[in-house]
Amino acid sequence: MIGLLGYDFMRNAFAAAGLVAVMSGLVGFFLVLRGQTFAGHALSHVGFTGATGAVLIGVSPLWGLVGVTVAGGVGMGLLGERLAGRDVAIGMVLATALGLGLLFLHFFTAYASQATALLFGNVFGVDRGTVWGLAGLCLLALAALGAIARPLLFATLQPELAEARGVSLRLVSVLFLALVGLCTAGCAQIVGVLLVFTLMVGPAAAAQRLTVRLGRGMALAVALALTEAWGGIVLAWFTDWPASFWITALSALAYSLAWALAWLADGRRPVPAAG
Amino acid sequence: MNAILLDGVTLRLGGRIVLDRISLEIADAEFVGVLGPNGAGKTTLMRAILGLLPLAAGRIAVHGQPVRRGNRLIGYMPQVRATTALRLSGHAFVAAAVEGDRWGLPRLDRAGRLAVDEALELVGARALARRPMVELSGGERQRLLLAQSLLGRPRLLLLDEPLISLDPHRQGEVVRLVRRLQRELGIAVLFSAHELNPLLGALDRVLYLGGGRASLGSVDEVITAPVLSRLYGAPIEVVRAGGRIFVMSGGQDMERDAHRHDHAGTRAGFGA
Ligand SMILES: Nc1ncnc2c1ncn2[C@@H]1O[C@H](COP(=O)(O)OP(=O)(O)OP(=O)(O)O)[C@@H](O)[C@H]1O
Ligand SMILES: [Mg+2]
Repeated sequence: MIGLLGYDFMRNAFAAAGLVAVMSGLVGFFLVLRGQTFAGHALSHVGFTGATGAVLIGVSPLWGLVGVTVAGGVGMGLLGERLAGRDVAIGMVLATALGLGLLFLHFFTAYASQATALLFGNVFGVDRGTVWGLAGLCLLALAALGAIARPLLFATLQPELAEARGVSLRLVSVLFLALVGLCTAGCAQIVGVLLVFTLMVGPAAAAQRLTVRLGRGMALAVALALTEAWGGIVLAWFTDWPASFWITALSALAYSLAWALAWLADGRRPVPAAG
Repeated sequence: MNAILLDGVTLRLGGRIVLDRISLEIADAEFVGVLGPNGAGKTTLMRAILGLLPLAAGRIAVHGQPVRRGNRLIGYMPQVRATTALRLSGHAFVAAAVEGDRWGLPRLDRAGRLAVDEALELVGARALARRPMVELSGGERQRLLLAQSLLGRPRLLLLDEPLISLDPHRQGEVVRLVRRLQRELGIAVLFSAHELNPLLGALDRVLYLGGGRASLGSVDEVITAPVLSRLYGAPIEVVRAGGRIFVMSGGQDMERDAHRHDHAGTRAGFGA
């Protein structure tokens, strides 16, 4: 086991995955609660364009990702309900974004491996500088979430009442989606833009199947995300299969187990009286 | 002092006048049923009292103070829609409203926990609140929403369609519960509904909205053919049978019809 941490790239991988797991467990918890998981998915696609565009102009893809996903999140928040239910329009924008990203890559034929890394992640390729970048990102995201969590929860569960109490639904929504943008950019470093769902939504959704309590749910989401991310790295080390594959597999496994457990628990509980 | 005072109030939404120069007073501890067809402005009126809507004209006062957003004197139960967070417990759902407008982490202090327990106790939902919202029936959820609206000991309760999608038996339960709380706490309640009959035994007065106008008074004063014909802008018949009252137009039961439309039209979930 010690051998695992004997290499620099392994230490970086564990650190990066740990940071991102904590952030995405918490942000994902609210994302699932708000029923906005599609937003996370959408932002990651747009982020791909940002990352490839950044490479094109000689900027680090991480900052390209961050810039575009945060801007995308703010935009989605501002459009708000006008965007809801416009599946086709959103889908078109996403497809266009991915296509544009592909075009940017086309100018960089030498960087085919970079494309794969962006799309599917390359946690073993994370260098020390990126770890520090992610640490900053994480800190920022957690601080922001800590600041808005209370009105965010209120606005999520009872928007009209929250509004009547003086919460600005739009402000909360914009701030949160900007946060989702940050988190998406972080996740993409580990599992790639196509698999962001696996860290952001999987653990949170599994946690919400297992507990009805808020604090426990958040803690569980973080614990699951950490287990999946680090477990994926360990399994990748021993099998030489891609870490992203293992992380998605563990995430799916955890979600299925959560379903099964919840189902069993439902079966054991006496059926409540009808009505 | 009056719980609510409306003085020449006009409410406009998207260029359309919903309520036109309404003046009325609702007393300190009164149970008022708010009725009227779909789109009559029941929800709009409540939002105006909450300070969520600019007045096109006139003045509204709540317990003598001009309306403002975040008024702690008012408890509010919005018209129910699908919430996405049904896996959370009822307790977490109710607790989210405790000081939910403050920045920071959603942690309850001792006072907050006591407030939630007290509100749940009032509606008899302490055991219920441990279960996830998905598992609760419509009536049980309404009780939790009612508990949430009672947080902070409001002096005025605005309940928007608490009876929607409940069967007649549960409707009766909710009405009796609200009436009991209204009397025990000595507060004013505006209770909007599509049908008058479930409220008949509990009401002090009726506020009937329609065609931009409003009529406030006892059931016998308001639920009459001339008053309702004016509000609906069409000839209305009022038929009393077996202790129930039916509002008919051309042989059709207006309130029942309105109710049916509403199910199809209930707004879908909250968007991004
Ligand atoms: N944002 C808006 N812009 C323009 N018009 C609106 C808006 N919201 C509501 N309206 C209109 O205002 C009128 C009053 O709506 P309101 O929701 O207050 O009616 P209601 O009496 O509560 O109806 P229901 O019984 O269906 O709940 C309706 O005709 C509605 O179409
Ligand atoms: Mg309404």
